[in-house]
Amino acid sequence: MAAQNASEYIAHHLTNLTVKVGEGGFWTVNMDTIVMSWVLGLVGLGVIWMVARGATAEVPGRLQSFIEMFFEFVDGTVRDVFPGSRAFLGPLALTIFTWVFMMNLMDLIPIDWVATISHGLGAPAWKAVPSTDLNTTFAMSFSVFFLIIFFSFKAKGAGGFLHELFTAPFGSNPLLWLPNLGLNIIELLAKPISLGMRLFGNMYAGELIFMLLGLLGTIASLSVGGLIAGGASIAFTWAWAVFHILIILLQAFIFMVLSVVYIAMAHEHH
Amino acid sequence: MNINATLLVQALSFAFLIWFSVKFIWPPLNRAIDERNKRIADGLAAAEKGKAALVEAERKGESAMKEAREKASGVLGESEKRGHQIVEEAKAAAKAEADRIIAGAREQISSELAKAKTELREQVAALAVAGAEKILQREVDAKAHAEMLAKLKAQL
Repeated sequence: MAAQNASEYIAHHLTNLTVKVGEGGFWTVNMDTIVMSWVLGLVGLGVIWMVARGATAEVPGRLQSFIEMFFEFVDGTVRDVFPGSRAFLGPLALTIFTWVFMMNLMDLIPIDWVATISHGLGAPAWKAVPSTDLNTTFAMSFSVFFLIIFFSFKAKGAGGFLHELFTAPFGSNPLLWLPNLGLNIIELLAKPISLGMRLFGNMYAGELIFMLLGLLGTIASLSVGGLIAGGASIAFTWAWAVFHILIILLQAFIFMVLSVVYIAMAHEHH
Repeated sequence: MNINATLLVQALSFAFLIWFSVKFIWPPLNRAIDERNKRIADGLAAAEKGKAALVEAERKGESAMKEAREKASGVLGESEKRGHQIVEEAKAAAKAEADRIIAGAREQISSELAKAKTELREQVAALAVAGAEKILQREVDAKAHAEMLAKLKAQL
């Protein structure tokens, strides 16, 4: 990468591998995001599925114990938030945590390795972390948004939900209907936007710091300053990666818990 | 970076993954864990029951032991008593037998004595007659003095 200048280096790592599927700017797809998220989702859930398929009440093996521990963790988290049946919310939370965690985990693969491999395979660009793509995080958070709407209707009925939109939180005076509705729409939309932006922002910023540290590495050379730059690049990248392990887990957990909390709130009456 | 059709694809992917979890991952894991929890609970209950049964059996054993000990001591006392009784009976029988033998012997002795006395009397009478004959130098008419002789015999 020594031939590139700094802005090319950064811009290159932020470019998706796109394929046009139709007319207009909207009809392109980021192949790297889709392929990576599919592979990661299938690997993550696939391992759990293999264990679940062979799971018995006999003495569990190590892998089964681990998966069951994870299951109990998710189940307990959902139970703390939502008192009803967990037949849907449980697997939803499990899917979110597993998928987001697997996608975030790709952030720990050194970015230049990814670039080298993808160039070797002939791809002009390849972003390995699907959760640094707003399309992924918004796809998930707006799916959660539609689940919130769905469960609001299901729990309160169409009349109850509409009544709530117009009368909460200020009161049922007709003069207050519009302010109520406006506030409720903002409140409803704030949930998926903040949910998606939080994950995207954390992952994107983390990725960006890896890039800047990698950039520091590109000026490493056999001079005193160059050696200091190279050493600092390696040391700081390592330190940031260690810290990032925490962020990866935390963001997956936050996304899961908030999704469950929002859907649980949809069941509550005002 | 831009929002594009990837959003739709990812939403479908998400929906698929959720469906997969709901259908194939959650139920079997849930079932296995619930079943194991139930088994553990059953095992603990069975252990508790076993402990109670052990206490009960110990208590029963203790009481059976006590009963057996009481019975044994009763049997021992009874047999001792019976032994004494047998010895007493034997002693009494032996004493009766001895008395009988002694009485028989005494009877025999007294009858022998009477017989000897009678014989002796006959002989004394004859001796007296012979002595008198010698003194008188003549025949004594036994018949004439029969009365006197009989008196003499009675005096002996």
